[in-house]
Amino acid sequence: MSDGNGNLVQLTGKDFKSDQEVRWCPGCGDYAILNVIQGFMPELGLSRERIVFVSGIGCAARFPYYMQTYGMHSIHGRAPAIATGLAVTRPDLSVWVVTGDGDALSIGGNHLIHSLRRNVNLKILLFNNRIYGLTKGQYSPTSEIGKVTKSTPMGSLDYPFNPLSVAIGAEASFVARAIDTDKKGLTEVLEAAARHRGSAFVEILQNCNIYNDGAFDYVRDEKANRIYLESGAPIRFGSEGEKGVVQNVDGSAAVVDVADAGEGALLVHDAGHREPSLAFALSRITYETDGAVPLGVFRAVDRPVYDDLMSEQLEAARERSGEGDLDALLHSGDTWNVGAPD
Amino acid sequence: MSTPKPVEHLERVVIRFAGDSGDGMQLTGDRFTSETAVFGNDLATLPDFPAEIRAPAGSLPGVSGFQVHFADHDILTPGDQPSVLVAMNPAALKVNLADLAKGGTIILNTDAFNDRNLQKAGYESNPLTDGSLSDLHVHEVALSSMTVEALKEVEGITSREAERSKNFFALGLMSWLYHRPAEGTLAFIETKFASRPEIAEANTKAFKAGWNYGETSEDFAVSYEIAPAKLEPGTYRQVSGNTALTYGLIAASKLSGLPLFLGAYPITPASDVLEQLAQLKQFGVRTFQAEDEIAASGAALGAAFGGALGVTTSAGPGIVLKSETVGLAVTLELPLVIIDVQRAGPSTGMPTKPEQADLLMVMFGRNSESPVPVVAASTPAGCFHAAIEAARIAIKYRTPVFLLSDAYLANGSEPWLIPDVSTLADISTDFATEVNGEDGFLPYKRDPETLARPWAIPGTPGLEHRIGGLEKENETGNVSYDPENHDLMVQLRAAKVAGIAADIPELEVDDPGGADTLVIGWGSTYGAIGAAARRVRASGWKVATAHLRYLNPFPRNTADVVGAYEKVLVPEINLGQLRMLLRARYLVDAVGYNKVRGRPFRAAELADAITALVDS
Repeated sequence: MSDGNGNLVQLTGKDFKSDQEVRWCPGCGDYAILNVIQGFMPELGLSRERIVFVSGIGCAARFPYYMQTYGMHSIHGRAPAIATGLAVTRPDLSVWVVTGDGDALSIGGNHLIHSLRRNVNLKILLFNNRIYGLTKGQYSPTSEIGKVTKSTPMGSLDYPFNPLSVAIGAEASFVARAIDTDKKGLTEVLEAAARHRGSAFVEILQNCNIYNDGAFDYVRDEKANRIYLESGAPIRFGSEGEKGVVQNVDGSAAVVDVADAGEGALLVHDAGHREPSLAFALSRITYETDGAVPLGVFRAVDRPVYDDLMSEQLEAARERSGEGDLDALLHSGDTWNVGAPD
Repeated sequence: MSTPKPVEHLERVVIRFAGDSGDGMQLTGDRFTSETAVFGNDLATLPDFPAEIRAPAGSLPGVSGFQVHFADHDILTPGDQPSVLVAMNPAALKVNLADLAKGGTIILNTDAFNDRNLQKAGYESNPLTDGSLSDLHVHEVALSSMTVEALKEVEGITSREAERSKNFFALGLMSWLYHRPAEGTLAFIETKFASRPEIAEANTKAFKAGWNYGETSEDFAVSYEIAPAKLEPGTYRQVSGNTALTYGLIAASKLSGLPLFLGAYPITPASDVLEQLAQLKQFGVRTFQAEDEIAASGAALGAAFGGALGVTTSAGPGIVLKSETVGLAVTLELPLVIIDVQRAGPSTGMPTKPEQADLLMVMFGRNSESPVPVVAASTPAGCFHAAIEAARIAIKYRTPVFLLSDAYLANGSEPWLIPDVSTLADISTDFATEVNGEDGFLPYKRDPETLARPWAIPGTPGLEHRIGGLEKENETGNVSYDPENHDLMVQLRAAKVAGIAADIPELEVDDPGGADTLVIGWGSTYGAIGAAARRVRASGWKVATAHLRYLNPFPRNTADVVGAYEKVLVPEINLGQLRMLLRARYLVDAVGYNKVRGRPFRAAELADAITALVDS
């Protein structure tokens, strides 16, 4: 990479730290994510000015302030829309959206699904802590049903969203999941997301130690419950690899004991499968249903990228009509001349 | 096509074409207007159609109308009352009859006056036979059956399709009656229906049959000539407000050197701009039909962050949804043009009808102190320069700017002296490229003259910075909750917008002398106020007029102008929004003339209101 004067420079994670004091609560999972992302940034192979972080509102949305890149802390839920305008007009940039479960799935749900369906060239990182943190502890659209919070003293009545199921339902071309404290897993997912052309959606399980502490202990702490997905390999997990995933005749996926089901029965992961149904079935495996959580890349398929398609239309229009001529445009249609008076 | 019959000369005519939504009245009116423009008359149009695409055939709500006023002199409005009404069915007659001038002319499609249609229109007796039209000049023309008869040799069309050509029969007849040149329409038919040559043939035949019917029928004893108007020399075209907006945005992109990005969500009466810009991608225009109004404005702001000319278009019901984006643009201090093609409200209101009741919304409809410049177009062609001006202010001052149009300007059209592109002023700006502070880049260090902050776009090495909706420390842009800093930033944002007054033209006053009454307006009432003032003056009264093209900030001499007259009248198609601003700002005892009917003012009613005040 060059510094703009033709000199090669090698950036490190430190080069991506801004001079702003990080103000998340001590112990927040966001710190771990920030460190991993700052450490990962040099691997993009881009100089800092080519990278933009756009966020909405919420704890996670403070993220851009801490990155020594271009950044915008925008409005609640709107980051995917704002980033869309930036990405399609500036294909030379690497545009990242940082969002939370309330930001992305509640107030900004519409923008999220539409940016995914269009396949805009955005990397969307959803920090899911299953709670509203910045507003001090109300339930979120990913909170479990019956959750008692300040705004649900008798328990939440809302059936929660599964973020990956939403993204896969919107036919996102790249969908993945990682854990805040799992540096290796998160880095691998970020690398794959960065490589992907089009919308990349990454759910990061993030602990809010103030309002929802321990929400993901079953997979954050209990490593045996992590199902690392690897494309082309049978899906196995557990401390001894004793468990696996099979696909049922109705298309759903389920956790089994390998000893019972037999190795040959295990589902072979295929993130590149054209149809989203396999990834969707895997997204339905949760701690609540199966006692384990799949991680890694669920889906990564090539699909035409919105930004490219828009640029191609501009080129096609120029090929058809030539570069736009304002004077000719103003004179298009019926015109008539009024002569100077005698 | 010769016209051997006697010819009468007229100074001006107002014609209204009216029929069912499916009768092609807008197309007919458009073509007649084009012929009239090419002939060289001055003109103004008022399309008036229902929001429903196909209301029940023959019903009163389904009536669609197109009024065109043309003259041998310069005119300002589409006319208060039609002198000629073309009514394709009983419903069209019923809806429009009351507007017709005394002793006016009606051309009726008698084939449509059957029991069923009369009943649908709510007629208890047939107006053709019950004497109710006896004070009018009625031409009974069997438009449908004569059209079908004229097309019976055309192969490949159904009888229903033949009947549908009756609007071209009517257009041919009216073109003959008013000596309109036919070549443009005949060429238009060939192009428009190129994919269906049999329909092109049918429409051409119907047009000619209508023309020949006028020439030969004894019912039309004379035809009329309206001499070309004496307009400023140059090349003209006809233009509607929405087309002028489209061209203005393209021009602003060229003049600024910034690629145009339009974020929009379909909404009446603003969708034309999205549709037209989508056809102009050879100009490097990116059009984005967003998932909603919020995303449309958000994407435009994101594009502006990246160095594009970000524009979002809508009408009132969409503008309310964009408020948070506009507020963000205010505090980010990024250029953004927000176009509000106003329509009757509140809520969904009357989507196709004009109103100018969004002024206070665009002024104040955001949380906190959130100043936004406001520019208003006052004529259809004026939308061109208004768009360039809105972009100029947005770019130069790094601010969102509202541009107000309305449904009347959007759809109405007039002749436009096409500007010489080389005379349009450059509105380009410089992006920041250098670090401007000792300790690094200061994104909120302002230009001392304009108070605009540097526009440093991503991709610029060394100027990486973060901006956001949280309050910012002056100069550094870092998040700040400091009380004095917040007060300073509120004051700076206000001062920047207020300072634009030094950079816009003074308010012009039209005062032939001796007036003690000023009529001041804004937006699309320009024509009606001007026409009314002419009438008042022709009756021997004295009155001055002024028209605001900038609503925020007001032109710097506005206090002097409104303070110089004993009486100030503010006609508005709202309940007194500009009046409230003028009274608050200048302590002037302005009075209003306010009617909110979803239609433009008539010159006559304004003339009465002005005369009453002048004479008081």
